[in-house]
Amino acid sequence: MQGNEGMMKHKGMNGIWRRAAISGATLSMVALAIAVIPSGAGASGLTAPTAGMKPQTSIGKGEGKLNLIAWEGYAQPQWVKPFEKATGCMVNALYAGSSGEMVSKMANGGGGQYDLVSASGDADLRLIYGGDVKPVNMKLIPSWGEFRPFLKSPGFNTINNVHYGVSLQFGPNVLLYSTKTFKTAPTSWSILYSKKYAGQLTVPNNPIQIADAALYLETAKPSLGITDPYELTQTQFNATVKLLQQQKPLIKAYWNLASQEINLFQSKTVVAGAAWPYQTNTLKGDGVAIADTIPKEGATGWADTWMLAKNAPDPNCAYKWMAWVSTPKVQAEQAISFGETPANSLACPIMNKLQAGSCAGYHANQPDSYFKTIKFWKTPLSTCDNGKNDCVPYSEWTNAWTQITG
Amino acid sequence: MTTSVDSETKRGGLRALHASALARSRWRTAFLLSPPLMWFLVIYLSSLILMLVTSFWSVNDFTQQIDHHLTGANFAQITSGAYVTIIWRTFLLAALVTLTDAIVAFPFAYVMARVATQRTQRILLGAVLLPLWASYLAKVYAWISILEKGGALNWTFSKLGLPDPNLGFTNGAMWIAFCYIWLPYMIVPIYGSLERIPSSLLDASADLGGSAWSTFRRVILPLALPGLIAGSIFTFSLTLGDYVTPLLIGGSNSTLIGNAIYENLLTGGNLPLAAALSTVPIVIMIVYLAIAKRLGAFEAL
Repeated sequence: MQGNEGMMKHKGMNGIWRRAAISGATLSMVALAIAVIPSGAGASGLTAPTAGMKPQTSIGKGEGKLNLIAWEGYAQPQWVKPFEKATGCMVNALYAGSSGEMVSKMANGGGGQYDLVSASGDADLRLIYGGDVKPVNMKLIPSWGEFRPFLKSPGFNTINNVHYGVSLQFGPNVLLYSTKTFKTAPTSWSILYSKKYAGQLTVPNNPIQIADAALYLETAKPSLGITDPYELTQTQFNATVKLLQQQKPLIKAYWNLASQEINLFQSKTVVAGAAWPYQTNTLKGDGVAIADTIPKEGATGWADTWMLAKNAPDPNCAYKWMAWVSTPKVQAEQAISFGETPANSLACPIMNKLQAGSCAGYHANQPDSYFKTIKFWKTPLSTCDNGKNDCVPYSEWTNAWTQITG
Repeated sequence: MTTSVDSETKRGGLRALHASALARSRWRTAFLLSPPLMWFLVIYLSSLILMLVTSFWSVNDFTQQIDHHLTGANFAQITSGAYVTIIWRTFLLAALVTLTDAIVAFPFAYVMARVATQRTQRILLGAVLLPLWASYLAKVYAWISILEKGGALNWTFSKLGLPDPNLGFTNGAMWIAFCYIWLPYMIVPIYGSLERIPSSLLDASADLGGSAWSTFRRVILPLALPGLIAGSIFTFSLTLGDYVTPLLIGGSNSTLIGNAIYENLLTGGNLPLAAALSTVPIVIMIVYLAIAKRLGAFEAL
């Protein structure tokens, strides 16, 4: 029922959109924006508007083209060129700089233009409940069977056994530190909140960073009763924001790009920070005295998913792409190229063949239990797992983050 | 009698001829002006108006779909809390950069315009304009490598036995980088206005017993003021709208309006709030330009 409603709304939107396209460049901007009004509902009820849409059962002839919204580096010629050659689907990738940009592009008119989006866990639920993406038939993705069990049907992209995309790559947010300052690996995230290192710390400029502080408080302040860093009650949220406000004077810079953090460590401006394994590997390659660790509190992490746009104009090419990027070879290529861990468990030996030691470098050889310590990004919703409706939603996370860093 | 009639008709004929020529030239002017005018109206003004309208919309917090009901909520938001700090910070930094550039640029422009030989003048002008050919990013990165820990500045200070200034990734670093990058935009208009001052005026001032200081204060400065204000329009507005320098060389307290817009637009996905924030520099610049116009700055552009 809900799904049908979603489809009908969508048809209406398509009509307006097409008319707008005819009426000239400037006007189309207005119409494009107006066109999304009808599909605005649906999120508050928290039922995926597209849940009822039946995914296709076979992959037909390719449409000859494929439009992607992707993280930069997710559509490299290394695996795009062979794909184009094999399938005849010419890939056109638009790079997005953040999860917010991805959701915004998909929500406001992009749904009918783009086929797939390589969304991270903090965007997935917003895309699903916003009705921007639709169910995917995993039977059409042969390599899916080879995926690590915890990435086959993870909660951030699978709801009630309905898959809204194919897991791709993941990685932990690690604690990066200077081995000159820390002779032994720090065992706790507490150093990022310690006055001892004032002015020598860096963390990402991202609202989801609130979860990192919440994860630390889960152990540091058990009285708060935090069990999931993405599901915070108002009291827990306020305590976390307070911690981040106290942290602010200690922070040298909030980094936006990986290269900025690399620069901060290279110049020895900072001695510790929250980072991705990519920074660790790049800095090690440059001979900088650093190392990374996952402290005792565990870590947050990202896991990306190729999600299928509800209005995907090229569904066959989209399925061909999802199948292609899931194969061990492409998984290994992307893992090394970007510096993350592949979802496909068979990618490890190929990684080592491409770059010796890279499998262990990106923890791809670790058992699933290792990744249990990682709390993967997911969109904070007002509905908690406990069934109550008292969690702080994502919009308040972004507001709080602006107030903290502004 | 006849002559007067003749002259009447002649004059009438001339007038008719003149009128038709005028009409034709009006058509030609309209024809020539219409493409840029259309461009201005359709692309420039309409997008500005669209932005203004957008600033009264809102966005669904969760799905990021735009809600088209008009609301003043965005303006309430940007006039409270952290946004006020950000707007003030940006305004003060832009003012400080403009003041610094004016102080640095004036003597330089004066030497270029009135003291240097023609040959030196050409070399100096080339030296001022040359950095404009280099990439903006290269210049910011150059400043990072000078100011950061282990950079050229710290090294020099340590050789001199002074404490490390550690200016990298601070608001001070941002101020220095902005002052450097926008300096040519201040020098050139001041140079232009100083060069145009007739030497006879300076001679007259001296002949009348004016000291060098009073000549400067009562002759040179008033005549150079339009150039100074024209330059300040550049340095002020360019700092007001920049978001790359703070991103690269700023610290944890360096968010400017441009960064807030960028974050709301790209990472936050909140187009209406970004649009509302964009109106702030526009309003500031309108006020600034109105003052500049009264002071005659546009005559020196």
